Amino acid sequence: MRLAELIMALVMAVFSVYLMWKSTELPIGWIPEEGPGGGAFPFWLATGMLLCCIAILYNWARRLSPPSQSDDVFMDNETVRLIGTVTIALTVMIGAIHFVGVYVSVPLFMAFYMRFLGRHSWRLISSFVVLTPIITFFFFEIALKKTLPKGMTEEFFYPLYDMFM
Amino acid sequence: MEILYLLGNGFGIAFEPLNLGLVIFGATVGLFIGAMPGLGSVNGVAILLPMTFLVPPTSAVIFLGAIYYGAMYGGAISSIMLGIPGASTAVATTFDGRPLALQGKADLALVGAAVASFVGGTISVVLFTAFAPPLAEVALAFGPPEEFALMMMAFATFVGLGGDDIPKTLFSIMIGLVFSAVGLDIISGEPRLIFMGLPGFFHGINFLVLAIGIYGIGEMLWTIEVSRGNVTMSKASVSIARTIDALKQILRTWKTMIMGSFLGYFVGILPAAGATPGSLMAYGIAKSTSKDSDSFGKGNVAGVVAPEAANNAASTGSMLPMLTLGIPGSPTTAILLGGMVIWGLEPGPLLFVDHQEFVWGLIASLYAANFFALIINIAFIPAFIAVLKLPFTILAPIIFALCVIGGYVPTQDMHDVWLMLIFGFVGYLMRKLDYPLAPAVLAIVLGPIAEPAMRQSLIGAQGDVMTFFTRPISGTIMAIAILLLLMPAFKYLPFGRKKEAK
Repeated sequence: MRLAELIMALVMAVFSVYLMWKSTELPIGWIPEEGPGGGAFPFWLATGMLLCCIAILYNWARRLSPPSQSDDVFMDNETVRLIGTVTIALTVMIGAIHFVGVYVSVPLFMAFYMRFLGRHSWRLISSFVVLTPIITFFFFEIALKKTLPKGMTEEFFYPLYDMFM
Repeated sequence: MEILYLLGNGFGIAFEPLNLGLVIFGATVGLFIGAMPGLGSVNGVAILLPMTFLVPPTSAVIFLGAIYYGAMYGGAISSIMLGIPGASTAVATTFDGRPLALQGKADLALVGAAVASFVGGTISVVLFTAFAPPLAEVALAFGPPEEFALMMMAFATFVGLGGDDIPKTLFSIMIGLVFSAVGLDIISGEPRLIFMGLPGFFHGINFLVLAIGIYGIGEMLWTIEVSRGNVTMSKASVSIARTIDALKQILRTWKTMIMGSFLGYFVGILPAAGATPGSLMAYGIAKSTSKDSDSFGKGNVAGVVAPEAANNAASTGSMLPMLTLGIPGSPTTAILLGGMVIWGLEPGPLLFVDHQEFVWGLIASLYAANFFALIINIAFIPAFIAVLKLPFTILAPIIFALCVIGGYVPTQDMHDVWLMLIFGFVGYLMRKLDYPLAPAVLAIVLGPIAEPAMRQSLIGAQGDVMTFFTRPISGTIMAIAILLLLMPAFKYLPFGRKKEAK
């Protein structure tokens, strides 16, 4: 926990410096008769973030905040395995949307999750895998008129578009 | 009397078939969301907001308001049946609700929670109806400096009253504000903070991306970690005779209910405070003023009634500053406020002038949502208990899918979906380290209003910073804000030694 607190504060401090540097692309100074320039608002806020990180680091060194006192592990193996699996599955799902679209990627993710993390029966899983895309299509594409990304499966939807739109 | 006339018109709008249907549907959905461990009103509103583009703005806000209410009722169900709070707002309900359930009196606790929620909700809506129009009238005189001062006060309450680690709270506020500055600079129109030159940053970071990331993805990861252990569910036997008997016992606690309602309402108005501390305070007061305070924590129905009345009252209370001043009183209302901006409704006192049908329709629908949530809750207690048996491994993938699609819909840009995943994951890690995340969500919603308010004030005053302090209303608010900011420092004074917080 102590190590995690330190790493998080350091990473955020670096991020603050990056934000400060990025803000200087616009004037950060005081424009007479007008007030601060376009970059000033984010620049000084990022400076404030950096100061907060320094305060967090100070608290860490003096062991003042609860996470900096705790010797518990930040994440035990079981948690790492679970959260890791879910996060990687999510990343793969979102990545796959670019290629095969929502209607293939999301049901696959749900099937994976329900089978490998939930150990549910294939019958239950298949009902979700079939129903989800149908409901999604009618709600978002037909009712809301928001086209969802379909990747290479786009052409399979042409007849559906003709039918409902 | 003008208020009654306007309220009457509001009921006309709330009882239009579409809106009434949405109130009932929203209250039901809210009850389910609230009943599920780990999900509360803020998660429901964040994840479902993109779905409401289907209906006109007034109906959409009515629907989300009903979810907000329903979730406040529903939170008690898992607190009582599982001993796990359905949301942080229902933590205090576990103290006595769980012991009651273990004694086989789950139905008493559940009915008590529902009735108290109704009382809290109703009293607070009445207070709301009375307070909102005069406050909006005062607020009409506000210019950019006052607006900016109000936002400073909203952020200062997080520092002064939030009770979290102060540097981490400030960090959360500032990172939210910086993210809100991404996109085009509103005054000069120049591109700003376009990270790595990605075109997706030109349209800015939509507050929903952060809200769904934190309250959808991040919350689910958190719940997956926390809910690994086995939970045991209590049995509830429900019958009409037992319900009537329970009602008699509950009505004897009317004083506690009324105390909880008033307390919750006024605590709810403060940004950063909201329903969770409101319900804890109500519990504390109920316990300390009770004749048999020893029975609290062992299954006293007054210990269920007080926090439940308070958390519902607080949810209404937090809408007061949102509608009249444009400052949200809770994370949920922050998301509602962001939604209103998307729908083209400028939050703030002008709503009461320009969009009367919206404001009064919403207020009237809160009365209706309260009523229906009570009826649905009591009538379908067994159905909501069944929800608790739904395995999380079915629920979680559905919610993840909703988050991904919901994150895509507002801007129709995959860039936002990736950003949402990153926010969710980093937010989860930060939450484990006690970083409060609600201030960041509030900040990203308020940032686009706060920055122009500040810069317009300065342009108006030819760059004179004192403009925030010399105008009477703005100066007073600023003084309160500074006092709140300094409040944590006062804590150290009585000990006679100075511990620098920074």
